Amino acid sequence: MPEPGTLGPEAYWRAALAEGRFLLQRTGDGRAVFPPRIAAPGSGSDALEWIEASGMGTVYSLSWVQQRPPEPPYNVVLVDLDEGARLMSRVEGAQPDTLRIGQRVSAYIGTDGDAPILLFRTAEDSA
Amino acid sequence: MSNRFPRARTAIAGHATYGVGEAPGHSSMELTARAGLLALDDAGLTLGDVDALYICQPADFFAGLSFAEYLGIRPRYTDNNRTGGSAFMSHLASAALALEAGYIDCALIAYGSNQRTNGGKLATKISNNQWDEPYRPRFPLTGYAMAAARHMHQYGTTREDMANVALSARAWAKTNPEAFARGPLTMEDCLSARMISTPISRADCCLVTDGAAAIVVTRMDRAKDLAKPPVPVLGAAAAAWWNSVSQAEDLTVTGASESGARAMAMAGVTPDQIDTAQLYDAFTINTILFLEDLGFCPKGEGGRFVSSGAIAPGGSLPVNTNGGGLSYCHPGMYGLFAIGEAVRQIRGEAANQIGDVNLALAHGNGGTLSSQATVILGSMATV
Repeated sequence: MPEPGTLGPEAYWRAALAEGRFLLQRTGDGRAVFPPRIAAPGSGSDALEWIEASGMGTVYSLSWVQQRPPEPPYNVVLVDLDEGARLMSRVEGAQPDTLRIGQRVSAYIGTDGDAPILLFRTAEDSA
Repeated sequence: MSNRFPRARTAIAGHATYGVGEAPGHSSMELTARAGLLALDDAGLTLGDVDALYICQPADFFAGLSFAEYLGIRPRYTDNNRTGGSAFMSHLASAALALEAGYIDCALIAYGSNQRTNGGKLATKISNNQWDEPYRPRFPLTGYAMAAARHMHQYGTTREDMANVALSARAWAKTNPEAFARGPLTMEDCLSARMISTPISRADCCLVTDGAAAIVVTRMDRAKDLAKPPVPVLGAAAAAWWNSVSQAEDLTVTGASESGARAMAMAGVTPDQIDTAQLYDAFTINTILFLEDLGFCPKGEGGRFVSSGAIAPGGSLPVNTNGGGLSYCHPGMYGLFAIGEAVRQIRGEAANQIGDVNLALAHGNGGTLSSQATVILGSMATV
């Protein structure tokens, strides 16, 4: 794992993900930032520190993208992480009639082809 | 924060559309150039009068250069702003400032696309960013779908409310001969339409058509001596709040709440004074969000507002009186057509003329609810 600063924040975040770690940046006033940036959005402050995300979050919104049958629809979600940032992802194993806005979800690192990808499960599934 | 604007110091002197619906065998530049030349004719001006070009095309990132070359002119200023379908409202803002400053004398703002007859797909080369793309949201549709889902969750908005936006648009389009979609449409048609990305079905989506539009803008003193009654530009403001919906603070509130308030403050008007609103309806949820954000109804009430019949023919606030992007035309970017319908209503030239219009609002949207821009146009009685 390279030292922070030898790579840009995007590459550093991806390198960590490839090692199985889900990182977030945190501003001086404790706000989580995603996607990773060279400076805090809004203030321009470079006082950003890397933290390990808890992985816990809540579905803020969702959509089921329809595919040509027999391919099933897949979901796209916006997740509010407990640390405060929001990101786009997918809740694996969820069904259209049960996945809800407000549902608790937890992150895991899966694969998309050869690349690591941040995904979620419903919190009940991971308990 | 400074919010100065040269109210009524500039005016739209010429306007035209061309090839709305289907224009087989024509390139996008051909449609755009024809609309531009027709708008100049409309104003009683010629190509030699134009010294500034404002354009944004779906597929040509150097459209400003291509357009100048095609017309055979050497503009003193070329603006290729790429904030999506709201670019044209921003064009009007910056053209008004440059005209007032004496930096330019005559601005031509134009747009055109052949995207229906050239394949029938959205011709944009823009797509999801690298953070969103792995999850395969349909760009831009799924972003709007997630705004709609959140609005339903927070405010109880229904698919029927969204369908009423489409039905209102169709009701206007039926009596506009230039509108592309004039056939019958029922609530049942809307609710049974093929789902694409929940809760947005085919019936919630704008058309894919060909079409071009152009306006000519000059200082008011010159516009008064031209062929058509001037349409004064009373206010124009833009707001850029995010690119990806992932970065929206509250996906049920858009930058229209900023651009609308600023444009209306410049114009010295309030929402209740607006005679007609032309809102960029790429999807039915847009109209609901913008009605709220622009102050025509309280936040969360947009669905009930449209379902009351308020925006349809005979309603209290005529919205998208040409049929909008849902039923009039949507050649990739609609912003300039919204301005055009506002111009027609003020001039008394609209297919669905709603009587004496003294104040018209045109609102543009770009990206996935990302960029918002509002212009307020008036009759000479407002000057």
